[in-house]
Amino acid sequence: MPSCNEPLIPQVGVITAITEQTPDVRTFRIEKPEGGKLFLHQPGQCAMIGVPGAGEAMFSITSSPTQEDYQEFSIKRCGSLTDVLHALEPGDCVTVRGPYGNAFPVDTALKGKNLLFIAGGIGLAPLRSVIRYAMDRREEYGTIQIVYGARSKEDLVDLAEIETMWKNQPDVHVYLTIDRPQEGWDGHVGFVPDYVRELPVDLSQTVLVCGPPIMIKFVLAALTDLGYRKDQVYTTLELRMKCGIGKCGRCNIGGKYVCKDGPVFRCDEIGELPDEY
Amino acid sequence: MKKLEKDRLSAFLQQIGEEMPLFVPVQKEEGAVFTRWSPEVTPQLGAVRTVRSPKDLFFPQCEALYTLKTEQGKLQIAPQKRAEEPFAVFGMRGCDARALQVLDQVFLTEPVDTFYKARRENGVLLTLACRRPDTACFCTVFQNDPADPLGDVCLVEGDTCFFLMAKTEKGQAFLDRFASFLTPCEEPDENACRKEQANIRAIAARLPLRDLSLEGWGPGQTDARFSDPRWDTLSKNCLGCGTCTFVCPVCQCYDLHDYDTGHGVIHYRCWDSCMYEDFTRMSAGNNRPTRMQRYRQRFMHKLVYGPENNNGMYGCVGCGRCVVKCPSSLHIVQVLRKMRKEEEHAKL
Amino acid sequence: MQRIKETLTHWLQSGQVDRVLGWKEGDMPGLREPAFFENAEELKSLCYDAFCGPNLSKFLIAAGEKDGVTAVVLKPCDSYSLNELIRENRVQRDRVKILAVPCEGNIDPRVFENRGVLSVSIEGDQLHLTTLYGEENEPLARCFLERCTVCRGGRHAVYDELLCPEAEETPQKGDRFEAVRELEEKSEEERYAFWQETFSRCIRCNACRNACPACNCRECVFDGAALDSRQKAAAVPFEESLFHIVRAYHVTGRCTDCGECSRVCPSHIPLHLLNRKMILDINTLYGPYQAGDSDKGRSPLTDYTPDDCEPNQGKGA
Repeated sequence: MPSCNEPLIPQVGVITAITEQTPDVRTFRIEKPEGGKLFLHQPGQCAMIGVPGAGEAMFSITSSPTQEDYQEFSIKRCGSLTDVLHALEPGDCVTVRGPYGNAFPVDTALKGKNLLFIAGGIGLAPLRSVIRYAMDRREEYGTIQIVYGARSKEDLVDLAEIETMWKNQPDVHVYLTIDRPQEGWDGHVGFVPDYVRELPVDLSQTVLVCGPPIMIKFVLAALTDLGYRKDQVYTTLELRMKCGIGKCGRCNIGGKYVCKDGPVFRCDEIGELPDEY
Repeated sequence: MKKLEKDRLSAFLQQIGEEMPLFVPVQKEEGAVFTRWSPEVTPQLGAVRTVRSPKDLFFPQCEALYTLKTEQGKLQIAPQKRAEEPFAVFGMRGCDARALQVLDQVFLTEPVDTFYKARRENGVLLTLACRRPDTACFCTVFQNDPADPLGDVCLVEGDTCFFLMAKTEKGQAFLDRFASFLTPCEEPDENACRKEQANIRAIAARLPLRDLSLEGWGPGQTDARFSDPRWDTLSKNCLGCGTCTFVCPVCQCYDLHDYDTGHGVIHYRCWDSCMYEDFTRMSAGNNRPTRMQRYRQRFMHKLVYGPENNNGMYGCVGCGRCVVKCPSSLHIVQVLRKMRKEEEHAKL
Repeated sequence: MQRIKETLTHWLQSGQVDRVLGWKEGDMPGLREPAFFENAEELKSLCYDAFCGPNLSKFLIAAGEKDGVTAVVLKPCDSYSLNELIRENRVQRDRVKILAVPCEGNIDPRVFENRGVLSVSIEGDQLHLTTLYGEENEPLARCFLERCTVCRGGRHAVYDELLCPEAEETPQKGDRFEAVRELEEKSEEERYAFWQETFSRCIRCNACRNACPACNCRECVFDGAALDSRQKAAAVPFEESLFHIVRAYHVTGRCTDCGECSRVCPSHIPLHLLNRKMILDINTLYGPYQAGDSDKGRSPLTDYTPDDCEPNQGKGA
């Protein structure tokens, strides 16, 4: 992996496919110019994607490590760089550095456990990597429960994959919700944290939460109320990042650097950080 | 120990300067500035504090990392060459040399910053003991000895000569290379050198900031310090400029950015400042939106978080630059004093 | 000094003001720092002397976000800055109460650099320094900030109470445009070389911008991501000049020539020269104009009259 010797020098990646997920989220499939994966990664890790002249930003890797041909990134259009990214087409080149950060402990703490995934909006991106990993190694994990919500039906990322694939797996339960009632939606309506409180509780589960900060906050409160311990809940922190290697300083929080020591934190570890995230 | 007669200093520097890039402090309009040696420059060895530390020579304020070009539809990445040529810094002070040790902790731990590493390997530090420390100096608070500075070769100025001591293999090799300018030291010389050093230590013992206390700072103090209400009062008149960070020999935060030249994109790195509002701003929000939070971050990083990550080494070396340069006098000495003073009040 | 404290204590205790903005002694000899005082006890540490360089006007923008009235101690030149902020509606007049104090010039802290100064005092026409290395004297006349050597006089542009009415008559000193004219007389190449060298000292710390009372945009264009020019470094050597030139243009007509930019610059760049060039041009093209003189009206550059000079016919253009 070139990133070991040259942490700040990217590789060239080619966009080989773009899937329109929602009005503002697209999934980009990226490979080496000559084909094949740019690097190996673990579920939860991130990479820096850059467009020459427009800069770089950190995105979580949406695809599972078990996908051997490429990496995928689900990217929401919400700033100047993502505007440029959304204007790209298959065949266009980007720069990619990574992978960065830690991962969800899929081969240690999560192994053999019943898993509860709770995601909101684009927050499904990092969790999808874990979900796909667990589904590809189904026998290594217990039951899988997925709670996923978005503003509207159109904003649910990976809906096609959820409907056709995830729901058909053994011992997998998917609970979808949208914020407001909508024509053509006969599923659950309501915010994710409230939905979590309504669902059957299984305290043997290890919980993985990702979504907008406000959702994470209320989900964590709900989980505490339901009796989950902090050390059985994992989430991700999102701070501004630039270097990806814990040196440029901006994602520093307490003694940690989110790009290097995170983005995945167990909730009891977060409790030890200064309240500035 | 070797000695260099003062009347041979110019010839010594000339010889070094002809063999490799040599940087010496030179008096300019704005103060003493590390400048590339040429036969025209006169080193200013009296000023204990240069406007900026020689940090730039190892971690420049702005440097290109790679260039991006599209050729025949293919994106090409051309990394910038690392420093390959040896160079020397003469007249650096112990505080600034210690600052490099702190930067080493950051940049030379995995994953290593290869740009910084190349410069560190190629640079020889010839440090100078501080014959006349300034009132704003407090390097001893951070375990520096102004009479015996860190570096590859340490120099102590005497009345008629400089005493030179190699502190590293690199320093020894350097002294061997330029041995023709040096003479061995006899016992009287060593005594003279020790006397100079004793003088310096005696002055250091009289410096008004020598008794700053680090008690209550360091690893593990996040909870105790983070929510202290005094950050509000302390930061009230901070202008939010980056003077403190840019004159600091230890501050290492940086930004990465593309510069479109019109015929290729240069991806460069430049110093950044945690005092700036856009440092942590992202499209989803800003986790340090207030000036107080940014002010607190800078000092928490230097006094608590940094030591936690860097084997206990503080992110301050007591050079005093922020003390004399902060437009509002809201520097680290204020933080150490105010947070202490009121603590003592509380105990009474 | 005693009268300053008495007046301010009275204002605070009678409830006329909620806080006082002034100076107090800094950690280093000869440095004073801006400070807020909330009660009579705190006011004891207020000080005012020749070392009180910082212009307090800009702090009143932030103070305006708090409830109540802020009292402020203003030197003559600082009062123009505040008046200009009032004209621009960045500070509300009824939220400040101004104590106008006389000024005999501020000492430039550069005098102390690298000298091991333990204490300073003014003795007659000498600045007396006690240093780690002995007693030293400097002729006082050589120790002032540049702006004080070309002082515009003792008049305050705005105040609620005047501490020393007779000092208002203090005449102006020197010619503040002399250095500008000297530069103007140089050839284009010489001027370019001068600014090239001068701006090369810039470390992009933004102290000039952040201290400048006229630089009060809520978000500076150099902080935004839209402009491909970062506020903290120059990707190409021209960028420092760009930053300073853009800034000088942006404060033209609003710069009162308070000199804070030059005072705070860690690299001692004579930034006031840029501003004064603009002021001189305005004076030449539109007639004498002093920003901050009045809290009403329009500045020449934001006003149009049929008599306005045509850019290409103007003398100084």
